Amino acid sequence: MEEMQPKLLDLIPNERGWGVTANDREMVIGGGFGVREEKKLELRLGLPGEEDWNANRKKTEGLCANVKPPFSLGLFGAPQTKQEAGLVTGEAQKIQAKADKQTSIVERKAIAHAATPPAATPLPSNSRAANAPVVGWPPVRSFRRNLASTSKTVLEPQKWASGTCAKFENSTKGLFVKINMDGVPIGRKIDLKAYDSYDKLSSAVDQLFRGLLADQRSEIGTEKNVEEKGRAIQGLLDGSGEYTLVYEDDEGDKMLVGDVPWEMFVSTAKRLRVLKSSDLSASTLRTTSRKRAATEC
Amino acid sequence: MKVQSAMFYFPEEVIEHIFSFLTHHPDRNTVSTVCKAWYKIERLSRCEVFVGNCYAIRPDRAAARFPGLRSLTLKGKPHFADFDLVPPDWGGLAGPWIEAMARSCPNLEELRMKRMVVSDESLELLVHAFPNFKALVLVSCEGFSTDGLAAVARSCKSLRELDLQENEIEDRGPRWLNSFPDMCTSLVSLNFACLKGEVNLKSLERLVCRSPNLKCLRLNRAVPVETLAKIMNQCPNLEDLGTGSLLADQFSEAYVSLISALQKCKKLRSLSGFWDASPLCLLAVYPICANLTGLNLSYAPTVQGQDFINLIQHCVKLLRLWVLDSVGDKGLAVVASACKELQELRVFPSDLFAAGPATVTEEGLVAISTGCPKLNSLLYFCHSMTNSALITVSKNCPNFTRFRLCILEPRKPDPATNEPLDEGFGAVVKTCKNLRRFSISGLLTDQVFYYIGKYAKALEMLSIAFAGDTDQGMTYVLNGCKNLRKLEIRDCPFGDGALLADVTKYETMRSLWMSSCDISLRGCKALATKMPSLNVEIINEWEAEMEENLNNGVAEVISNNNNKHINNGNDERKVEKLYVYRTVGGPRTDAPDFVWTL
Repeated sequence: MEEMQPKLLDLIPNERGWGVTANDREMVIGGGFGVREEKKLELRLGLPGEEDWNANRKKTEGLCANVKPPFSLGLFGAPQTKQEAGLVTGEAQKIQAKADKQTSIVERKAIAHAATPPAATPLPSNSRAANAPVVGWPPVRSFRRNLASTSKTVLEPQKWASGTCAKFENSTKGLFVKINMDGVPIGRKIDLKAYDSYDKLSSAVDQLFRGLLADQRSEIGTEKNVEEKGRAIQGLLDGSGEYTLVYEDDEGDKMLVGDVPWEMFVSTAKRLRVLKSSDLSASTLRTTSRKRAATEC
Repeated sequence: MKVQSAMFYFPEEVIEHIFSFLTHHPDRNTVSTVCKAWYKIERLSRCEVFVGNCYAIRPDRAAARFPGLRSLTLKGKPHFADFDLVPPDWGGLAGPWIEAMARSCPNLEELRMKRMVVSDESLELLVHAFPNFKALVLVSCEGFSTDGLAAVARSCKSLRELDLQENEIEDRGPRWLNSFPDMCTSLVSLNFACLKGEVNLKSLERLVCRSPNLKCLRLNRAVPVETLAKIMNQCPNLEDLGTGSLLADQFSEAYVSLISALQKCKKLRSLSGFWDASPLCLLAVYPICANLTGLNLSYAPTVQGQDFINLIQHCVKLLRLWVLDSVGDKGLAVVASACKELQELRVFPSDLFAAGPATVTEEGLVAISTGCPKLNSLLYFCHSMTNSALITVSKNCPNFTRFRLCILEPRKPDPATNEPLDEGFGAVVKTCKNLRRFSISGLLTDQVFYYIGKYAKALEMLSIAFAGDTDQGMTYVLNGCKNLRKLEIRDCPFGDGALLADVTKYETMRSLWMSSCDISLRGCKALATKMPSLNVEIINEWEAEMEENLNNGVAEVISNNNNKHINNGNDERKVEKLYVYRTVGGPRTDAPDFVWTL
């Protein structure tokens, strides 16, 4: 277990995952002072073209995440839903339909995502842009939100069999676990209940971290390669890739993801990590077979 | 002098008897501050306790002060939690309160909670500690499941009221309805409209059969028309009904029996539900409309156009109306001509992002104000508003106590003049002397706050979003609104100058919320230093995650009060969410890692 500790420190600023200087670090995690040059690119709430709204406003991203920008990303191009904002892709649709608890989780992911240096895209002058979703606006409670969104797809009149009850969606609680990746200072959260197989989980992890990882790499100062941004994170489950997915179970042990049946994994996994495959050694991880053997003793 | 000493010669019983005429809790709070003797008499005889902020006082202390209390009302999370601005696991736990009550207040019969987190275990503790428990009202709460409801149902032999409004309840099956005692129940009010899951219909019917005192029954969407009809036949004395799903075939037996059942309910005064209501089911409702005082159609997007008009024109005694904006200005005009007694109107948005055509506009509101001069409470979501409309509305209805206007697009000006809406909202505060609650929107400058500070003397709660230009705006409000209790602000350019303009003011208020404004950590720290009687909390999720990453390599547990991160750097950092409240309970002991008390 000892050997795991240094690996975790990879996530701590000082190492290669971070810019060397404190200033860089500020920028990595989304700004703070000294980002004047990025002011024009700064994501702000408000109608595009309203440059003077708070021209005096020193509102930088700061270490304290600004909730608004991620959703202002909807201003880019057509004012679509959160999906357009390039947040938690694929999950966004499910999340939209769920309870506000999970909406807050999306918010947290969005914050983490927004903290990376913003893309250099100017706000388009689109008069509809102001209608892009803003967190908590308009101020209606979540069940009314759901009503408003589902009323668009108003159900066809159902036949009522006598004596039966109406069936409609039970929103089940999501199962959110933290997930951290080597080389990326920002942790995320992932809903295990949103997937039903390891493959889907693996591709979700890829999507979650792909962009962040690419940003990290370009921050270090390696050759800026445009293709880097899109490079998929593969081979998470079989050890063949640069990174491997591991998890911490309810007993605190670090396990390779993929060994146990999916259901069992979901019920025991407390935390996920994406580690560099080269940093793993056989002794630091317990495989299930060894664990079973241990308990049998 | 003589008069003063004479008061001490009053026997305590007499003073207590005098106090018993004071039901308004602020009055009781006031008399308790007169002298020690009165404090003691008052606290021992107090039956109803209202705690507007569950963190303003420790549960044990409240329980110790009022050992005889019968009814407790608690509020937890800040109001903006309703709109997802407060992260989950923020707090507002009911458990410590219920435990304190169980230890020290044996007479507890009623518990009302809003925006609190209640667990099933807490509910079980509640009903076991208080076998005579009578009323449980949970509004916008979460953390419990239908198992908790089963415990309440099972254990409360004298339960009169189980009122669940807009809670997040985990559905663990429909069995909870079976848990009510087999003999006649004492239920007067049962509301489970917010339950999302199925309901055991037979159990429901049997329950209603053995609840002869039932006056208020609000069903959830899972209850079909057939069951509703059977239930209505069982309780013709019902005064308040929330229907289940009102989807029925015109020629079905269910529909026919619903009509006859409704006609028998002569005492029905309030209707809600109307899930999936078909126009035909609305026809069934016409005969009882004339006596209705309350009508809530806000869950029924299907009720619009002519259907709505046909319905509402019969509701001549209506006092409270909640609708969706799909009824349109036209529908509101009919309301104005039919419902002359109307006091409260809420118009909710059916299209949250104002992407479609405008449904209600300022015209609808002006029509209402012209036709319903008794209107005193308004919640109105619309696409746009004009200054002249607001001025007209305030002239027509000077009696507003609650005025909340939400223009869906932030910072939208008056479309007729392209000007800010300062004058319109200013007119409201100038004419409505009794205004207690105010929410404003649209394009607004500091000027509107000047008006609010100057005229809104009775104002107790103010909600601001995307408004103002400078610190002066917020300062006007803090300086001018003498009775302000709650101030909640989001996305406004108010900074440290405004925050620190009048720090002692916050001690006179229940709470202040500021999110996405321009305040810095330095300003918040300054406030915390100057005012130790306040809890100055910042919510900072993202950094907490960083902190955890940092500390994974180090075995020590970082407590919430570790100043390492707060003090390690730049106080110029902007604070995303600030929540300040007065308290005698000290810093929270249950704060999660993303809530920092400065």
